[in-house]
Amino acid sequence: MASLTIRNLNKSFGSVAVLKGINLEVKDGEFVVLVGPSGCGKSTLLALIAGLETVSAGEIRIGERVVNGVPPKDRDIAMVFQSYALYPTMTVQGNITFGMESRRVPKKQQAEALARVAGFLQIQNLLGRKPSQLSGGQRQRVAMGRALVRDPALFLFDEPLSNLDAKLRVEMRTEIKKLYQRLGKTTIYVTHDQVEAMTLASRIAVMHQGTVQQFAEPRTVYDRPANMFVAGFMGSPAMNFLPAQIAVSGPAAVVLAESEGQTTRLPLPDGVATRAGGGRRVVLGIRPENLTRYDSRWAEERRHLGTIQAPVEVVEPTGAETIAVVRIGSREVIACFEPNAAPSVGDTVTLGVDMAKACLFDAETEMLI
Amino acid sequence: MPDVAAYDPLGVAGTWRRRWAKLVVYVLVGLFALYYVVPLAVVIVNSFRSLPDFSRNGLISLPHSFSFEYWSQAWSKFCVGGTCKGIQPFFFNSVAMVVPATIISTAIGSLNGYVLSKWRFPGSETLFGLMTLGVFMPGQMVLLPWARVLGLLGLTNTIAGLVLIHCVQGLSFTTLFCRNYYVNIPDDLIKAARIDGAGFWRIFRKIVLPLSPPILIVTVIWQFTNIWNEFLFAFIFSSGTNQPITVALIALSAGSQAVHQYGIESAAVLTAALPPLLVYLFGGRYFVRGLTQGAIK
Repeated sequence: MASLTIRNLNKSFGSVAVLKGINLEVKDGEFVVLVGPSGCGKSTLLALIAGLETVSAGEIRIGERVVNGVPPKDRDIAMVFQSYALYPTMTVQGNITFGMESRRVPKKQQAEALARVAGFLQIQNLLGRKPSQLSGGQRQRVAMGRALVRDPALFLFDEPLSNLDAKLRVEMRTEIKKLYQRLGKTTIYVTHDQVEAMTLASRIAVMHQGTVQQFAEPRTVYDRPANMFVAGFMGSPAMNFLPAQIAVSGPAAVVLAESEGQTTRLPLPDGVATRAGGGRRVVLGIRPENLTRYDSRWAEERRHLGTIQAPVEVVEPTGAETIAVVRIGSREVIACFEPNAAPSVGDTVTLGVDMAKACLFDAETEMLI
Repeated sequence: MPDVAAYDPLGVAGTWRRRWAKLVVYVLVGLFALYYVVPLAVVIVNSFRSLPDFSRNGLISLPHSFSFEYWSQAWSKFCVGGTCKGIQPFFFNSVAMVVPATIISTAIGSLNGYVLSKWRFPGSETLFGLMTLGVFMPGQMVLLPWARVLGLLGLTNTIAGLVLIHCVQGLSFTTLFCRNYYVNIPDDLIKAARIDGAGFWRIFRKIVLPLSPPILIVTVIWQFTNIWNEFLFAFIFSSGTNQPITVALIALSAGSQAVHQYGIESAAVLTAALPPLLVYLFGGRYFVRGLTQGAIK
């Protein structure tokens, strides 16, 4: 068990800076997910933690020990790869015990560790097979077994679920979560899938262009995204962005730009308007689930409810909810409806906006206000 | 193999057209096969024919006599270059040259390929490019440098000298083959093994080598055949009893005998051609498979 501390970490390949001043404090026993679009540097960061790449500048500590110059095998880590990286010529058993053989662990101890892990992952009946004789899910289990058998200080996962089909992915996600709950080991998990990040993480580090954009609990990342990139990346369907301005006079409100003649005022909680300052140009961020058919009964429950009239252009039923593309000004905006309250194409619906859950971003810096 | 029936361009249109098309194709293919087989067949037949048979019926003829005598003479009795032990000593010279040269050049090529694909360093791609340049370098260009090197090492006119030459000359090929095969081994395997605590050699022995048989078979067949059949270096850098069989064959036919011993010469040529032929017969399908086989999944 160990914490992980990363200070001012930089990594360049030639003249290309892949990681720029990364700082992360991972507490002992935390499950931290590094999430971001491809090319954001998350896998490179993991490779640096594992010691598979060399650090250009900065410091990585596992526990109290600086590991910058420590080879991977001496870092007390275990890693699960996207491709599983099972040794194709060895049996499952050989795959799991290879690390112990490399470290000259006594045979008796190896057998015990193998039995423990095989029982834990329920792969006893697969031990004699070659990786090519296993299904995707079984390979995944063996790859995890190889990591578990080490009993390391730190678990590293590099997009372990992206090679599985959708159904299996959800199952294995739950298994990984169960595993983590039973073992409570410090885990660093890389993914580009924001749902995986939300479901698994105790904290999420959202990465973009070689920097950490936000490092916080999933709820915070989702409700209070640090900037427009995080807001747009986390959540599906993605958050709607509408250019607007803080009202100069009258009750606290934000006025939408581009509303074709009509002025749409949406009420703001007092504190937010004051913090932003009257007249400031902002971007209003509304998640689709907070934008739905207006219901007059809400007026009492929700104090900061705004309404917008919008024509419906596309309707996409998903089963659990119906997603509709509506037009507000010149912008296409996504709203969510109860399936039985779904509009039809061509309708003009009155949408209710829960402004208490809306986010305001500075129009220039794109940072959360 | 694709399980859809292959499209047969000869199997379409009218009956007559189909028959004609088949006929033309088979006649052409048959002619080509004949063209390649006839010389071999002539030599095989001649290796069993007696001298009077040759003088009566000419060089190319069906056998009017039959004897294994010429094979045994060629192997162990005929006089070549002053000694009368047949081509046997030269055959074993070739074996003594080809076996170590093939093993060493394949082993080093495999190791080179491993380093150049899995342990890249600054300039390793350039180095690989330079090494493959050797593939396109004609042997005549390096004759003088080799003469000097062999002289300096005291290996002139020795089998060891030829082994050294073939090891070095073969490295371009073996490295190219192995490197291009190993590039397809996923890097994640190497990374996983590094985290598992395996080092450079352990990864090579336990992960890379067990995946290598297809390409090693290709490399061995290639090296064996080329080194066995090689003539230029063998001719220039060996003489007398140290000659490999390819050179000895010349001495055999250019011997002092007034009469050409066609039967013995044919048997000797066939003996010399046998090892690569056998290697190909037994390893040929692995050769084709190894060359076409894709990455290890």
